[in-house]
Amino acid sequence: MAPPDAHRSGSNKRAQLGLFAGYVVAGSGALIGAVLLAISLFSPATFQGLRSMASDLASPAGEAGALGRTQGRNVLESIAGYYAAGSKNAELEREIAIARVRLVEAEALRQENARLKGILNLTVGEVQPVAIARLIGSTSSSTRRFAYLSAGSSDGVTNGMPVTSPMGLVGRVLEVGNRTARVILLTDPESMVPVRRATDDVVAFAEGRADGSLRIRLINLGINPLEVGDVFVTSGAGGMFRPGVAVATVTQITEDGAIAQLLSNPAATDVVIVEPIWQRELIDRATELAASEGVTE
Amino acid sequence: MELANPNIRRDAFGKTINRDHSPLLANGLPWFTILLGSMSPMLPIIAAVPVIPPLGFLVMMAWRSLRPGLLPLWAGFPLGLFDDLFSGQPFGSGILLYSLALIAYDLLELRFPWRGFWQNWLVASLFLTIFLLASALLAGADLGLMRAGFSLPQILLSIMLFPLVVSLVSLLDRLRLLRVRRIR
Repeated sequence: MAPPDAHRSGSNKRAQLGLFAGYVVAGSGALIGAVLLAISLFSPATFQGLRSMASDLASPAGEAGALGRTQGRNVLESIAGYYAAGSKNAELEREIAIARVRLVEAEALRQENARLKGILNLTVGEVQPVAIARLIGSTSSSTRRFAYLSAGSSDGVTNGMPVTSPMGLVGRVLEVGNRTARVILLTDPESMVPVRRATDDVVAFAEGRADGSLRIRLINLGINPLEVGDVFVTSGAGGMFRPGVAVATVTQITEDGAIAQLLSNPAATDVVIVEPIWQRELIDRATELAASEGVTE
Repeated sequence: MELANPNIRRDAFGKTINRDHSPLLANGLPWFTILLGSMSPMLPIIAAVPVIPPLGFLVMMAWRSLRPGLLPLWAGFPLGLFDDLFSGQPFGSGILLYSLALIAYDLLELRFPWRGFWQNWLVASLFLTIFLLASALLAGADLGLMRAGFSLPQILLSIMLFPLVVSLVSLLDRLRLLRVRRIR
């Protein structure tokens, strides 16, 4: 059925004018959008305040949802636990036996580590987390990979702080609101993390690919030493991420590096830890240097 | 007469005597549902890959195809602006694409005034595909990945979801026109 034609204004002057004005207003709306888009492509932080305000206002709903996600999974898991309880029990007992041995080994390693650190006079303590929070949502329909964190400047979170989960690095804080923050995930196309191979000192950059994997780009080109299954950890270069946090495992070798899968899948993390920037003085000095160079030029 | 047939003074939207539509409900519900769709990034789905359909745009296309003329032509500006606050796209891409979509739909309707389920679905599929590809390009997606069909799952999911959203919106449309206001 054809709808009543709203485009036919006839000889009614007012209707003609209204129709014309509608197109003009809509066209100028699109034009304003294009201008705003150009501005935000050139300086992405321009509309930060607006966005943080909006996510601050929407965060209660997100937090309730995140809680629901966790509890919902717990219910499902406890139901699933009734099935295959016997075989699981046997398996767990075997795992505990192995874990006891590993624990003793780890204790020995810890002692040796403390001794070596004592020799070197290193005083590296445990990193005190800035905040412990939930990921309450992510930009799940856009190519940019951001997540929303349920902690903001009122919890002491500032721009650039690394966000980790027990499984490894998740991302870093990009924009801070009062009660929420926007986290740029490792898989975002504009995220780049300096990494090294866990077993030796092959250094590389891990770039996001937006499809859930990372591209490992080796810094020293030559014969590609990587193998499938290699684990990469943060190298600490640049001073933002503390060294030794797990990032990804290699799944596919390419010409200049590898494609790697994330270790800490953000979909599987309930609670994340916001850590302080590892060497804040270094980064502050670098930004000052860049600013002063910009002035002199 | 009421004794013979108690529904004689009722229709699908409630009592017909002494009741009228609520202007707030009748005009506000489309806007409210579209804005709610735009807030889908606040859903507790932490995806590593963009797979979730753009719900705000999807609901807007559903309202537009079901009730032409309900949304004004300029509605793309405020709706896109709200979408940009949450979507993670560079600010302004939602405003631009929503506005262009509504204008294009209007011009298309001028050419093809007939509508039906299959035609609406076809048009919406076309709009969704262009919207998703343009969004990915504006957000700076890797061109090699895009050539490898990286947006394909999201596009297919959005297209398959459209009839479902339309039937949901048609349910909401009946709710929208309920006679809830009492005339004194």
